[in-house]
Amino acid sequence: MKDVPHDPRDRGGPRQPLLSVNRLIKHFPVNKGLLGRSKTVVRAVDGVDFDLLKGETLGIVGESGCGKSTTARLLMHLIPPDHGEIVFDGESVGHDLPLPDYRRQVQMVFQDSYASLNPRLTIEDSIAFAPRVHGVPRREALGRAHDLLARVGLEPSRFAGRYPHELSGGQRQRINIARALALEPRLVILDEAVSALDKSVEAQVLNLLLDLKEAFGLTYIFISHDLNVVRFMADRVMVMYLGKVAEIGSAQQVFAQPSHPYSAALLASMPAMDPDARTETAPLYGDPPNPINPPSGCRFHTRCGSVASVCSQVEPALEDAASGQRVACLMRQPGSGHPAAMPALEVA
Amino acid sequence: MNDAAPMIDIRDLTVTFTGGRKPVHAVNGVTLSVQRGEVVALLGESGSGKSVTLRSLLNMHPKHRSRLNGSVIAAGQDVLKLSGRALADYRGRVASMIFQEPLLALDPVYTVGAQIVEAIRRHEKATLAVAQARALALLQKVRIPSPERRLQAFPHEMSGGMRQRAMIALALACNPQILLADEPTTALDATVQIQILLLLRELQRELGLTVILVTHDIGVAVEVADRVAVMYAGRIVETGPVREIIRNPRHPYTQGLLASRAHDAMSGARLDAIPGAPPDLAALPPGCAFAPRCRFSAAACLAEAPGSVAVGPQHSARCLRLAELAAA
Ligand SMILES: Nc1ncnc2c1ncn2[C@@H]1O[C@H](COP(=O)(O)OP(=O)(O)OP(=O)(O)O)[C@@H](O)[C@H]1O
Ligand SMILES: Nc1ncnc2c1ncn2[C@@H]1O[C@H](COP(=O)(O)OP(=O)(O)O)[C@@H](O)[C@H]1O
Ligand code: SF4
Ligand SMILES: [Mg+2]
Ligand SMILES: [Mg+2]
Repeated sequence: MKDVPHDPRDRGGPRQPLLSVNRLIKHFPVNKGLLGRSKTVVRAVDGVDFDLLKGETLGIVGESGCGKSTTARLLMHLIPPDHGEIVFDGESVGHDLPLPDYRRQVQMVFQDSYASLNPRLTIEDSIAFAPRVHGVPRREALGRAHDLLARVGLEPSRFAGRYPHELSGGQRQRINIARALALEPRLVILDEAVSALDKSVEAQVLNLLLDLKEAFGLTYIFISHDLNVVRFMADRVMVMYLGKVAEIGSAQQVFAQPSHPYSAALLASMPAMDPDARTETAPLYGDPPNPINPPSGCRFHTRCGSVASVCSQVEPALEDAASGQRVACLMRQPGSGHPAAMPALEVA
Repeated sequence: MNDAAPMIDIRDLTVTFTGGRKPVHAVNGVTLSVQRGEVVALLGESGSGKSVTLRSLLNMHPKHRSRLNGSVIAAGQDVLKLSGRALADYRGRVASMIFQEPLLALDPVYTVGAQIVEAIRRHEKATLAVAQARALALLQKVRIPSPERRLQAFPHEMSGGMRQRAMIALALACNPQILLADEPTTALDATVQIQILLLLRELQRELGLTVILVTHDIGVAVEVADRVAVMYAGRIVETGPVREIIRNPRHPYTQGLLASRAHDAMSGARLDAIPGAPPDLAALPPGCAFAPRCRFSAAACLAEAPGSVAVGPQHSARCLRLAELAAA
């Protein structure tokens, strides 16, 4: 962790997590059949816990539908959780910390750079919009918008008066980033924010995100399906599978020595970059199961290469593993009954 | 067709779309030949002309809104001259295509089995029973579990990876010699993508297919291709064996793409990004299209579009400063 510049809004000091998420749950009802009324639900997020430290970048990875975006939308309070608590710098959101105060401090950037911008607003008005809603006078808000344009690498005199359709995808994403920063948030959630960009432009935007983080002392949640990009950006990484956390730990550790069989399979599925060391066998077969009716016990047991009979019966909790990560796998839990697990610790 | 002739021979292909306000120069002189049984990856960013080049190989461009020049020969046939029955025979039997989105290739109202059977019987005088047996064998070949049951499934009843397999089965239904794959794994998750790439590699070997695979992901190219052709603004700026392209790239654009990857960058360091963005194809610069972004560009680069220069066995690049850069 690097030193975070002192922020007067900081309450608990550098050791208190910026965000603590406890047992977050969101199930979406699905309409089955014409008569609707069934109790079928998609278990999009099904008990997610994690801490986000001040000044860090937490990467979230996992296959599509595993609940990354739903987690992000829950953290943004764009949708209400069914259950769970979010604690922001020591204050419970919606209780100790009123929602509007929380919302100012947490902003999000989405994948689709075009859909996020109002086509009828010029770039400067788009960036100034949220500050104006929060009572900043027009001149001051526009001045700030011009500063932000310069910061994201777009010369204000050339770009301020343009409309979204007059920009490239990379430029539009810079605008979205500027817009997210306009309220001086402490946390920025980036949900596939570079995924729609061309590779040569993606590198520019990643550099920009690193610069801005340093300049403004930001904390990031960085969601991406591109594991190379997450490895590069993240200090810690959280691997999700079917609405649950499979593993969370330092990015270096998780990438070098994944502790959960799913993380290991996901990493081994990355295409080789060496023509003389191509992938010979696919780590997993088939697609991830449907989150409407997830497998019993460990949700990964239907695809796991280390599955044992206990895995379909007992749901592994997310626990500290010997390797330093937190892992939800019975193999890593002493006394779980998985043959590869260590025997239960003697309690003296 | 003699055996030494390339299976695919594209020469000086240009494709201009004339439907809009300004003509869009999507492909600006592509020359590419592919040997029988060779796998070539067309690598490039969005809008660089990969898909347009590929679609030319099936003569798929709208006649009244596009202008094509140059020649495209595939399995001895002059593709741009084909029409009607001959074109229909060529598509599917000589060359067939798979896409990023299987729902574009599969018809939602027919079962997978019915579509494969129909494709076979459209091209051949096979009895229903024979065609059905072949459809089953095809699903087995692409490793769809419980293939008998899957023949009766509608596309929307299958998961993403299974649909991709079904589309590959459909593309192979009439034993084509050439398989054209346009980002076949881009929409798939990592664990499914690698399965499909390995399947394509295996089918290519087993059937001796000649393959052109379009991708924007260098890793995908490395997994399946023998040779890589890097496209920029409608031209192939560098082509060579995959090892050469990865280890010894010669065009500044290829070098820039490889250097800017997060893949082996130090976490927290800054990436060596290429500045700027790809050019507007309705207003291409006169010289090298990469010149405005190139850190090595000189006055000559802005004046004259570079020709292709051999830089090694099977390895060539289009850059005016190759010699100087190699010496530096
Ligand atoms: N039918 C068409 N009419 C007009 N312009 C077209 C047509 N098809 C393609 N183009 C244009 O031609 C250029 C090259 O397109 P192409 O589809 O080959 O890109 P690509 O390299 O496959 O990119 P991507 O990675 O985004 O698929 C683009 O500018 C595109 O907008
Ligand atoms: N508004 C919604 N209504 C019903 N299902 C939803 C809704 N939003 C997301 N889902 C479902 O929840 C699951 C998790 O989705 P999401 O969080 O978007 O995944 P990810 O971002 O990891 O790809 C998926 O199965 C998705 O289809
Ligand atoms: S709990 Fe069992 S099935 Fe789940 S990941 Fe661990 S070994 Fe595999
Ligand atoms: Mg998502
Ligand atoms: Mg394309």
